[in-house]
Amino acid sequence: MHENHADTAPTVQQLTFSLVGEEYGVDILSVREIRGWTRVTRIPQTPVYVLGVLNLRGAIVPVLDLRLRFGLERESYGDNTVMIVVAVAERLFGIVVDAVSDVVDIDPATIKPVPDMGAIVDTRYLKGLATHAERMVMLLDVQKLMRPEDVETLDAALPDVRAAEIAA
Amino acid sequence: MATVDLSQFHKTFFEESLEGLDAMEAALLALDSGSADHELVHTIFRAAHSIKGGAATFGFADVAAFTHVAESLLEEVRSGRRAVDAGLTDLLLRSVDCLRAMLARTARGQPVADAASEALRIELTQLVAGEAAPAPAAAQAGATAVDGWDIRFVGLPHLLRSGHEPLRLFRELQQLGRLEVLRAFVGDAVAADFSTLDPGECHLGWELRLHGAVARPDLDAVFEWLDGDCELAIAPLAAVEPVAPSPEPAVAAPAAAREASAAGHADGGSIRVGIDKVDALIDMMGELVITQSMLNDIGANFDLSQLERLREGLAQLERNTRELQDSVMRIRMLPIGTVFNRFPRLVRDLERKLGKQVKLELHGEHTELDKTVLEKIGDPMVHLVRNAIDHGLELPRQRRAAGKPEAGTLRLDAHHEGGNIVVRISDDGAGLNHERIRAKAVERGLVPPDQPLGDDEIAALIFEPGFSTAAQATDLSGRGVGMDVVRRNVRDLGGSVGVKSVAGQGSVFTIALPLTLAIIDGLVTAVGGERYIVPLISIVESLRLPADAVRRTAGGGEVFRFRDEYLPVIRLHRAFGCADAVTEIGRGIVVVVEDGGQRVGLLVDELVGQQQAVIKSLEKHYRQVQGVSGATIVSDGSVALIVDVGGVVRLGRCSGKAA
Amino acid sequence: MAKILAVDDSASMRGMVAFTLRGAGHEVTEAENGQLALDAAGAGAFDLVLADVNMPVMDGIAMVRALRARPEYQGVPILMLTTESHTEKKMEGKAAGATGWLVKPFDPDQLLATVKRVLG
Repeated sequence: MHENHADTAPTVQQLTFSLVGEEYGVDILSVREIRGWTRVTRIPQTPVYVLGVLNLRGAIVPVLDLRLRFGLERESYGDNTVMIVVAVAERLFGIVVDAVSDVVDIDPATIKPVPDMGAIVDTRYLKGLATHAERMVMLLDVQKLMRPEDVETLDAALPDVRAAEIAA
Repeated sequence: MATVDLSQFHKTFFEESLEGLDAMEAALLALDSGSADHELVHTIFRAAHSIKGGAATFGFADVAAFTHVAESLLEEVRSGRRAVDAGLTDLLLRSVDCLRAMLARTARGQPVADAASEALRIELTQLVAGEAAPAPAAAQAGATAVDGWDIRFVGLPHLLRSGHEPLRLFRELQQLGRLEVLRAFVGDAVAADFSTLDPGECHLGWELRLHGAVARPDLDAVFEWLDGDCELAIAPLAAVEPVAPSPEPAVAAPAAAREASAAGHADGGSIRVGIDKVDALIDMMGELVITQSMLNDIGANFDLSQLERLREGLAQLERNTRELQDSVMRIRMLPIGTVFNRFPRLVRDLERKLGKQVKLELHGEHTELDKTVLEKIGDPMVHLVRNAIDHGLELPRQRRAAGKPEAGTLRLDAHHEGGNIVVRISDDGAGLNHERIRAKAVERGLVPPDQPLGDDEIAALIFEPGFSTAAQATDLSGRGVGMDVVRRNVRDLGGSVGVKSVAGQGSVFTIALPLTLAIIDGLVTAVGGERYIVPLISIVESLRLPADAVRRTAGGGEVFRFRDEYLPVIRLHRAFGCADAVTEIGRGIVVVVEDGGQRVGLLVDELVGQQQAVIKSLEKHYRQVQGVSGATIVSDGSVALIVDVGGVVRLGRCSGKAA
Repeated sequence: MAKILAVDDSASMRGMVAFTLRGAGHEVTEAENGQLALDAAGAGAFDLVLADVNMPVMDGIAMVRALRARPEYQGVPILMLTTESHTEKKMEGKAAGATGWLVKPFDPDQLLATVKRVLG
């Protein structure tokens, strides 16, 4: 399965972070900044993993929590909580992770497809697996994290519930 | 003498001329509908006159020539020598169209006159009574060269009061030749009694001799303005041999259109702003500068004793900033009348084309809205108006048969409602055929055949993509552009469009658009730990309700009595899902808001204060959220959501149904 | 140089007049119609008034009449900017108290020459 076609390919830089003890990476090119936790403003009618929006130099940017995104819980948000702001197309959003680790160079040739292996993160949101310093890094496909379709699908199920809630 | 480059004024000229043509058209249509207002004729004349003057000044000869004839015709109307009839109105309306096209070509630097404009100009010319070539300048007989002139000039008493100054006159004469003052004398009319002499009056006379071969017309030109202000006698000194009359200098021979500069007339998007608005801005700038220097002062030698002054200064700065912002925003606000003005013409054309009679009523022309919104509201309105006349209003005989007046009524009105401008297009025509719409929607698969739908829901189907109501597409409405495009255009501007219709009685289309896309005045409210901004303009009243003022409805909703009606309570903490909010109505505040005539009470924890909110889009990085029109950044740098009152009211209504 | 009040409802004509006069060093105040001109005239002193004839709200003729009724404007030259097709307007203007007129279309040089003529 090791197709050595990319001897000359440049390495890709990944920002790695940890989530529930596992190591993940996001393409550094999509990362805009890393920031500490600041209070977000909640938004109604959004999936639970969208924590809210914050003011990023005048832009109103949504923030999602990667733990919640994958159905886990997070006990608290505080000074140690880290947020990675990424850009997909022209859109910005923040991802809350457990901790940011490092920026590493990955040889694209070493990236392997993802087997279904029961990681925390649904394999649908991974681009591949890479190895760095003897450790496995799961490469996150940020584009898929906040796909509008996902949002719409989830949301479509909500209005009835919500209407009933309001009336109650 | 340095020649001034006039091309910088071309753009203004085109803009004001187009506006003038709009005014002309509107006035012609008003005349056409039987209004005999003399002021209308003046308006039309003035517009033509200004265009002619400007076109001649800026060297657009073809436009000037065309308007000259139109103006002559209008002069006959103005002076009562020609009556206005349908034929004349028609001709003038065609002239308006022609001029628009000519101006457009001028602006693009294309050849201006074409066959159509020439034909029309000739038609106008033929109509103008006795419009022969202007009488050749009165033969300048006696163009004899002379050695000089003897001039006797006696100022009439009012000479000085007309702004004349004999000394200047003499200087002017001096430029023609050597001037000799033979005698100055006191006019005969003056009383000897100096005590009664009015120093503002002229009682002097002069006998002058001008030496040199000065042509009489040149001499006359000097005294041209004094006709009636003086007694004047001019006699040649001595005649010598006659010479050929010198050719008259061409009067400002209008250059060919300055194509190069005109080509630069790309739509830079300028705005004409009333001087009052600019003055207000300047005033405010002045105040801002004062405040700034005051703050500088404080800052230069600051100690705590000046804290109070600093606070005052900051408060003043805040006030200045707000006022300045208001004024700047106001610059972009224009009355919707400019859009309304297109409709009389459109309606008239459609009437003729379709054999229908339409009484057009316009209301609320002065309602102002942002220029960007204004520019984009026109097309959807045109579409709806065409649609109303084409499909809504019946033919005269059909109306007669239905017991209605033969002329249908089409009403456009605009008013502010909440943070919106609401434009209604109503007709008293046949109304929508709900059954046919439903059948078509089912046929197109837009709704399942068995779905129960109310009339309004059925009517709303016409805005669905691909829906076309016309049984047979006419060339007016059936251009492949449907109501879905209207809805899309309106939605793109953050607005909504809806329709209500009663069979046999007519339809009302309502377009609601935000006034401006930038800033609102808001009331900041707290709910749980969140801040929500309610647009001030939607708020009727804020009140604290006693706990027992709220009643539960059978469906589980909550209502309270407000003035003469029962309003539903919308608990904002539920609508927006906030934890830790005040849940006892008696302990919170109810903000009564209104949208589209519907009122509801919003339950919030407390009121924080008023703030102007620069609206930021949630959609840019996220998506639209029901009940929220946008977000803004509050003073501590955090984000607060702006409540979309209409959306929340709908949420409330929807909850009422669900219950 | 002189303080001049330029009155015309056409922004392009007014702009052209004002620009030309300013270029020649004059101080120009602009007004859109006769009424606004009267307001401006009340607020400041002018050495010369140039006014269009046909204007909305208050036309040039009425404006001249009103200005001449004010003692401080009795001797101030007022020129009407008029078109050649309306000789009767010239006379009407004169009867109202205008000093003279400038026939449209005029170019900047003609304007300056005429202004020079009345300002001496």
